[in-house]
Amino acid sequence: MTSILLPDTEAEIEAIVHEAAQSRSPLAIHGGGSRPIGGIVHAHRTLSTQQMTGITLYEPSELVLSARAGTPLALIQETLAANRQRLPFEPIDYRHLLGNHGTPTIGGMTASNSSGPRRIHSGAARDALIGIRATTGRGETIKSGGRVMKNVTGYDFVKLMAGSWGTLGVLTEVTYKLLPEVETEVTLLLSGLSAERAVAAMTAALATPFEVTGAAHLPAGDGAPSRTVLRIEGFDASVTYRTARLEGLLRPFGSFETLGLEASRVLWKSIRDVEALETPHDAAIWRISVRPSDGPEVGAKLEAALGSRLLYDWAGGLIWASAPADGDGGAAVVRAAVGAVGGHALLVRGSPTLRASVPVFQPEAPAVAEMSRRIRATFDPAGILNPGRM
Amino acid sequence: MSAIEIPKPDPGILARRDAILAGLAALVPPTSLITEEDERRAFDTDALTAYRRIPLAVVLPETTEQVSKVLTFLNQQGVKVVARGAGTSLAGGAIPSEDAVVLGVSKMNRILDVDTDNRTIRVEAGVTNLGVTGAVSHLGFFYAPDPSSQLACTIAGNIAMNSGGAHCLKYGVTTNNVLGVKIVMIDGTVLEIGGAHLDAPGYDLLGLIVGSEGQLGIVTEATLRILPLAEGARPMLMGFQSAEDAGACVAAIIASGIIPVAIEYMDRPAIKVCEAFAHAGYPLDVEALLIIEVEGSEAEIEDLIGRITKIAADFNPSGLRISQSEAESAAIWKGRKSAFGAMGRLADYICMDGTIPTGQLSAVLTGIARICDGYGLRVSNIFHAGDGNLHPLVLFNANDPDEQDKAERCGEDILKLCVDLGGCLTGEHGVGIEKRDLMTYQFNTIDLDQQMRVKSALDPQWLLNPHKVFPLQGRPV
Repeated sequence: MTSILLPDTEAEIEAIVHEAAQSRSPLAIHGGGSRPIGGIVHAHRTLSTQQMTGITLYEPSELVLSARAGTPLALIQETLAANRQRLPFEPIDYRHLLGNHGTPTIGGMTASNSSGPRRIHSGAARDALIGIRATTGRGETIKSGGRVMKNVTGYDFVKLMAGSWGTLGVLTEVTYKLLPEVETEVTLLLSGLSAERAVAAMTAALATPFEVTGAAHLPAGDGAPSRTVLRIEGFDASVTYRTARLEGLLRPFGSFETLGLEASRVLWKSIRDVEALETPHDAAIWRISVRPSDGPEVGAKLEAALGSRLLYDWAGGLIWASAPADGDGGAAVVRAAVGAVGGHALLVRGSPTLRASVPVFQPEAPAVAEMSRRIRATFDPAGILNPGRM
Repeated sequence: MSAIEIPKPDPGILARRDAILAGLAALVPPTSLITEEDERRAFDTDALTAYRRIPLAVVLPETTEQVSKVLTFLNQQGVKVVARGAGTSLAGGAIPSEDAVVLGVSKMNRILDVDTDNRTIRVEAGVTNLGVTGAVSHLGFFYAPDPSSQLACTIAGNIAMNSGGAHCLKYGVTTNNVLGVKIVMIDGTVLEIGGAHLDAPGYDLLGLIVGSEGQLGIVTEATLRILPLAEGARPMLMGFQSAEDAGACVAAIIASGIIPVAIEYMDRPAIKVCEAFAHAGYPLDVEALLIIEVEGSEAEIEDLIGRITKIAADFNPSGLRISQSEAESAAIWKGRKSAFGAMGRLADYICMDGTIPTGQLSAVLTGIARICDGYGLRVSNIFHAGDGNLHPLVLFNANDPDEQDKAERCGEDILKLCVDLGGCLTGEHGVGIEKRDLMTYQFNTIDLDQQMRVKSALDPQWLLNPHKVFPLQGRPV
């Protein structure tokens, strides 16, 4: 039976962590519990930031927002939408894929460095994150970065904290730079391409100056042909112009259908949240990052060896793949395929048994692992923050 | 007497100089080792030229393997190492001490791989910033971060300082454009971090290394993102009768949903000097000038310039000029990019590099004027207005030690004001030796101790670029 601690303030978090460090008693760190990803954390107590809520600073004309870590992402997004602004990196909502009823928080989004299809154009969460406050495993709250766009004062712990899954510190407040919401968007859709042709088409599109902000390939299935999709966003006239130019340049790949604003938004949300791989609910799900040109080869290996269903995002550089839930959940095949070309694979969905039996994160080269270990030891010398998660 | 302290050299190291040089001579070719005093003198400072120390020796390795051997040896000998790119640091990031070996990457300047399919380039760290773009521009690509020193500065230095530039408003700074590095740790271990794929597994070590000012390891190779060149780009000039109007105009443009590729600000003294140098047609009868650049197709550029002009109409602009030709665009940017050099022909100056929330523009300019008046010094302001990165140039006479001291204190007060207004001590130049002692103003002991613990974990003897970034009183227990 685990107990849940719900601090309201940084001072309470400091006291909890300090006591845990003294007693060497591990803590599981949670936001809203919508991203149960990673290795199994053995802890009798859970520290949740879900009561640490509230937007602490929002300056629309400066494109900057700060919020306490437990603030629901939905609240952030509503607030931004009211001012026609948005988080540029299009964070994934894992709830459907992972089948849970958690509440995505801005802290959890930061700790997992969640990014969606627009990552190829606007960067990942870590690229838009400009400031953090976090309580380290020493029970001390540190700050890094700030609320300004450019800041090279001291070491960049902002980046280090993004994607550290609560193992270096408990995020208490984060600050993001924002982008204006666009006037419109259009998606170009090509049907029936192989993965290789699709990647060639997406690569050609991304080599143009027409600012493609999404490039994905959904393989054929259930009798439907494959779909290769390219998103263009911006001011109305500019989108019209760029769409026409892209259509012209990509004619060798076939003829396009065009999806308007509403249909385009629905499609990209489904790509962002990997809805195509939601069922069967018991399949293991891998998230694989490779060079786009290596995507089809890796995908083909997984299809052949594991019967994987696939979704290619980031012009082929991000592969979402299903795998059988039993045995090693496809780990050996996935890691061999990725190892052959360079890249990494994260087991996003798997039973606790599976997650306890294979490395969830890509094993690092020994020298890199040693560097990570030394850094972690400075932040959390007692090893009490989410031990085992990474 | 200069105000910034450079610690006295370790007599033990100086006494062992011959043995250290002999050790280095066994590790690198003779052409990669500089020992004569006259030749070492060329490495005694960077672009913070008021401070100079001739290093113990200079090593210019040709390969990562040589870097590894040199660091292994110097680590065993307990000798300090100062990494150096092109020596353009304005914060004294590459200034040595007499008991340190300068390790320069200038001979490691090969383009290793251009991959337009995956939109990446792999280069040795001594390649210049402009050299990266030069290697891909004929293919329709460019490397986005564009510090003013881009003709000379190296990727190694850009990574060390997380360099920015005028076009970072849209494209981000170095850390947003580096995908991987090969780095040599002080014990000689060679690590590959990140790569040509987008997301790195595990901790974002790349994010930590970028901007760590050569204190955690020496980067020898980098994999960088390259981006397709825009169809076209065009700058426009807008003059304003007050800083308030210029600042409000910037805020209104951004609030409208337009992110130009650059918004640069100059005050009256800067306009005058830059116009005299570049003859770009800057309006001379205004208090503030904005250079706003937009890109896209001809029609898109027309549309954006139209929108911006309409927004600006609420802020009494004067001297509005839209570039009509490639040559005019080049002249407009020449004026801006050579501003620091042009100003240097008139007077000595120190170039500050603070940042502020853009809403504080007017307050900070008033404050800077008040501070400089108080010291009896002149100031000129040039900065990246879109992202709040200020570059006040505090003018003084370098031949007058009292004036230099005053200028440095004046600069400190300006940076403190930036922090007080919600900004930070440096936006793109780095801390180096210049702002080392102000770190306690922006950070508390807990913040700084944690940074120094990471330094200690990766460089236990504090041999890599010591005496920089952190106040001299040292590391936490």
